[in-house]
Amino acid sequence: MSLDLDPAPPAGRHSHPADDERGPRRAPRRSLTRLDLKVSPYLYILPFFVIFAIFSAYPIGYTVWIALTDRSPMNATISFVGLDNFVEIGQDPQFWNAVVNTFGMFAMSTVPQLLIALLLANALNRRIKGQTFFRMAIAMPIITSTAVVALIFSMIYAREFGLANWLLDLVGIDPIDWRANRYASWFAISTMVDWRWVGYNALIYLAAMQSINKDIYEAAALDGASKTRQFWSITIPQLRPTIIFTLIISTIGGLQLFTEPLLFTSGSGGISGGSQGQFQTITMYLLDVMNTRFRWGYAGAVALVLFVLIAAMSAINYLLARRISSDK
Amino acid sequence: MSVTSRRRRFAAIAIASVAVLATTACGDDSSTESADPNAPVTLIVDVFGDQGFGYEGLYEQYKKDHPNVTIQERGKGLGLGDYNTRLTQQITAGSGAGDIVALEEGTIVQFYAQADKFVNLADEGAGDLKANYLPWKWEQGTTPDGKVLGLGTDVGSMAICYRTDLFKAANLPTDREEVGALWPTWDAFIEQGVKFAAADQKNKFVDSATNFYNVVLSQTAGGGTGYTYYDKSNKLVLETNPDIQTAFNLTTKMISAKLSNNLQSFSNEWNAGFKNGTFATIACPAWMTGVIKGQAGDAAAGKWDVAKAPGNGGNWGGAFLAVPKSSKHQKAAADLAKYLTSAQSQIEVFKKLGNLPSQPAALNDPAVTSATNEYFSNAPIGKIFAAGATELKPVYLGPKNQAVRTAVENALRAVEQGQAADAAWKDALKNGAAAGK
Repeated sequence: MSLDLDPAPPAGRHSHPADDERGPRRAPRRSLTRLDLKVSPYLYILPFFVIFAIFSAYPIGYTVWIALTDRSPMNATISFVGLDNFVEIGQDPQFWNAVVNTFGMFAMSTVPQLLIALLLANALNRRIKGQTFFRMAIAMPIITSTAVVALIFSMIYAREFGLANWLLDLVGIDPIDWRANRYASWFAISTMVDWRWVGYNALIYLAAMQSINKDIYEAAALDGASKTRQFWSITIPQLRPTIIFTLIISTIGGLQLFTEPLLFTSGSGGISGGSQGQFQTITMYLLDVMNTRFRWGYAGAVALVLFVLIAAMSAINYLLARRISSDK
Repeated sequence: MSVTSRRRRFAAIAIASVAVLATTACGDDSSTESADPNAPVTLIVDVFGDQGFGYEGLYEQYKKDHPNVTIQERGKGLGLGDYNTRLTQQITAGSGAGDIVALEEGTIVQFYAQADKFVNLADEGAGDLKANYLPWKWEQGTTPDGKVLGLGTDVGSMAICYRTDLFKAANLPTDREEVGALWPTWDAFIEQGVKFAAADQKNKFVDSATNFYNVVLSQTAGGGTGYTYYDKSNKLVLETNPDIQTAFNLTTKMISAKLSNNLQSFSNEWNAGFKNGTFATIACPAWMTGVIKGQAGDAAAGKWDVAKAPGNGGNWGGAFLAVPKSSKHQKAAADLAKYLTSAQSQIEVFKKLGNLPSQPAALNDPAVTSATNEYFSNAPIGKIFAAGATELKPVYLGPKNQAVRTAVENALRAVEQGQAADAAWKDALKNGAAAGK
């Protein structure tokens, strides 16, 4: 970075030997300059790394340490327990229940989410009246707070006076206790997630679609390809990298699903995610262990396993992405 | 050159000012701990619950008597669960907690293990107060090795609150003496519920299985083993304590008779249930009267009444005030805590929110014994609740009481949602054991 600047001071020294008598006074300044050139780049990037160290590196290191202990506010002493916590996770039915729930809700929300986003983007990519309005409108849900979304949706899915049950009643279906049934609760939570994120993904797809060369479509149209055919044979293949990107983002968000299922129940015991843990996700279980059972060491181990799961999913995504790009 | 020197001057000023700040900060710390009792102090009081602790008037009075004291309250509107999570972190971290913190009956046991992070109030002259309290309440606020961790505020006691209009429509008596006589036992209570259900197809007899269960458990355990999920050596006895099984079975019997409104306690739907009047009775510790009034609102004034609970008394809830060692004004905080928990203050809170005093002097005070509650059809709430509190048999609660209780409550909610009772009991044992680990 400072390669072309560094040699400058010594060069100046040689070309002006007359300055040598002022050498003793200038020497500290010159070394200051050199120090400046050498050190200041690090100073400029320091704030990020200091904050990273305090809020990321230290907590991560501490989590690893705590996961190997039985730390709890209720234990006077901390004892080292090795890998006991991880062995326990392997046999913890509540943890694996949370894993199944998390992946189940992830699949249930992500597949329709990306499909609807694609169709929406395709529709908005055509010339329609009020184009800007509609493009703005689909982005609106992103700026609403997750907590508000969850509160309103939990009223829609209320058992007694909920809008969803009222609609079902209109078509003659018996009301559903959305929190009691596992798949009903997954469905309800997936709709919250999708309502909020479909627009975001649609915008990304729309941006990608607009960068596709119009000539390809024209040529296809001349050859007699229908709009549907154009969508599947031109748009989708051209969007591949974008689809991979949205998939990765959705994976990370999906595996950390927390606020929506937590606020789906109000009152006491919300962190349990339903009476039988029907919709308790991994992050909820993590907090359950930490805050109601006060097993901080075990919670640290859960956090690390969650990290490994996310890393594994990301690796799969990465391999998938490489495969697809090499197909081209 | 001038740039450098200016920079140097800046540096010098900066260092000097930091040093000054540091010394003044230290000065602040030490001066507050020093002897001057009239130095201005700000005390932060942490409470929980939708209704708070009803201390507003008492703060004003205390500030009048101690012009140097400023009081800030935090936490009104915060649920017990969230409050306790935050408090646990603050106490463990040794900073962030208020100068006075409220501890609930079910969670104070958890802080016994961290008693060294709290001021032993006996050192602040609270030891003399022991004689003022109901003995079991004092015992709950004291750690096994005799440190005074918290000063008792209120006790729950026990009654049944009921809707006279729904009772009338179902052809049940409405007079509180007659209603109390309807249910000498919990089985009789369920029988009356079946009668109610036959007459009223729309509304339910009981708000939720969990409230019913908690009340029955505390009463059964009070008359039985004297403890619930943990025995007095803090061993988890979920599976072997017969009182838990009794309370659980009684609750599932109540659910299978279709008496429960299946509302998750303290949820939005539960709150709506008060407003819409969808259930006829609710297990009613003294503090619940404040909750009912707050949730059901003015529209239901005069429609509620209070009757004796089935069985012999019982307790659910009640709180303590403690002073964490992280407080910079421990002595001033202890003085305020003593004031807020004094018999006179407890009477004031009773008048305001209905929380029942934990000191016999207050319980026997005419202001309490003759108190009626206009909202509850002028029921003599002082007499009803005080009678229960003085003859009550205390129940010991173990360290992870809250977590194990949640596991059992979840099993009961699953029964409300259609799970078979014996499968739910197995789940309760399994998840309760995991929660108590």
